[in-house]
Amino acid sequence: MTTRIVELRRGILKKNDELAAGLRQRFADAGVLALNLVSSPGTGKTAFLERTLRELLASGSRAAALVGDLETDNDAQRLAASGAPVRQINTHGICHLEAEMVGKHLNGWNLADLDYLFIENVGNLVCPSSYDLGEKIRVALLSVTEGEDKPLKYPTLFNSADAAVITKIDIAEPCAFNRAAALRNINEIRPGIRIFETSAKTGAGMAEWIAYLAEERARVAP
Amino acid sequence: MHELSIVSSIVDTVTESLVAYPGVRVREVRLRVGVLAAVVEDSLQFCYGVVTEGTPLAGSALVVRTLPVMAHCALCAQDVEIASIQSLRCPRCGSPATDLRQGRELEVEAIEIEDTEAMA
Ligand SMILES: Nc1nc2c(ncn2[C@@H]2O[C@H](COP(=O)(O)OP(=O)(O)O)[C@@H](O)[C@H]2O)c(=O)[nH]1
Ligand SMILES: [Mg+2]
Ligand SMILES: [Zn+2]
Repeated sequence: MTTRIVELRRGILKKNDELAAGLRQRFADAGVLALNLVSSPGTGKTAFLERTLRELLASGSRAAALVGDLETDNDAQRLAASGAPVRQINTHGICHLEAEMVGKHLNGWNLADLDYLFIENVGNLVCPSSYDLGEKIRVALLSVTEGEDKPLKYPTLFNSADAAVITKIDIAEPCAFNRAAALRNINEIRPGIRIFETSAKTGAGMAEWIAYLAEERARVAP
Repeated sequence: MHELSIVSSIVDTVTESLVAYPGVRVREVRLRVGVLAAVVEDSLQFCYGVVTEGTPLAGSALVVRTLPVMAHCALCAQDVEIASIQSLRCPRCGSPATDLRQGRELEVEAIEIEDTEAMA
């Protein structure tokens, strides 16, 4: 009986990566800035996105959102109240979004009519980091209630991010949030990353975030 | 637990490659997994047996080779190995490691196959 070694060198997530590359090309062709928002459940992704959508729409920008959820459509309803087109991606228990799910839920939308497309991932700090969704910018969020060492505990996710957002800064003080430690830890994991400090409640830090979005969108505009 | 999806993708990847080798038995599946790939070997091993059952990979062993993060340090003008993913800095000069060259791999490197008697 003979045994042989066959070299494969094939990416395990190749299928997802190829679909994501296709989406990335579509987003680029349409001049839409796509962002993938990842964090733990409860960090404030939906609240942050609600506020972002309202501010963008108020200033005449065109933005839409896809929101991943394990079972419910609560987040989609909250986001739709902003007036932006919103679609729910129900993952039926899968702990992350995949490029195929995103592709399917874009059907019928004319991407060229959009400036921004936000994708709220399923609340999870591990699994979404392996799945490219074709986004230009991956945003990792961390709330002041979660502890400054979260980036150290989940380095794979924070290292894969292009921007970081510290949420709920309105309650930083009662939470005894150590801002310096949080900034330092994020920087140890992803040196040089842009970090925003925001509150969806008071609107603090939103102007800087919106300005960043506009800059990034200008780079992909057709 | 996305290890379940990962193992399913491994099964798909290997099964597709086996088309070129009809009738063989898979003895071993070898992976290269970067430490930043967000995949835990124990969890992979844990579901490997169950997921491969009834597939051409049934009964095979999963061998995982872990790859450290490698970065290019501009200051030192060379590639350096990053010992800890809790601190992405050049071990020689301490400067921040932003230009990563390795550490996110998630691939099937090779398979070991065996001709079965049925083929003879
Ligand atoms: N104080 C305060 N609470 C917030 C803020 N953003 C979100 N929350 C609260 O945090 C909880 C989770 O928010 P949500 O947006 O659903 O988080 P998600 O699971 O990441 O989408 C909700 O009770 C929100 O009201 C904020 O900026 N300040
Ligand atoms: Mg949400
Ligand atoms: Zn160096």
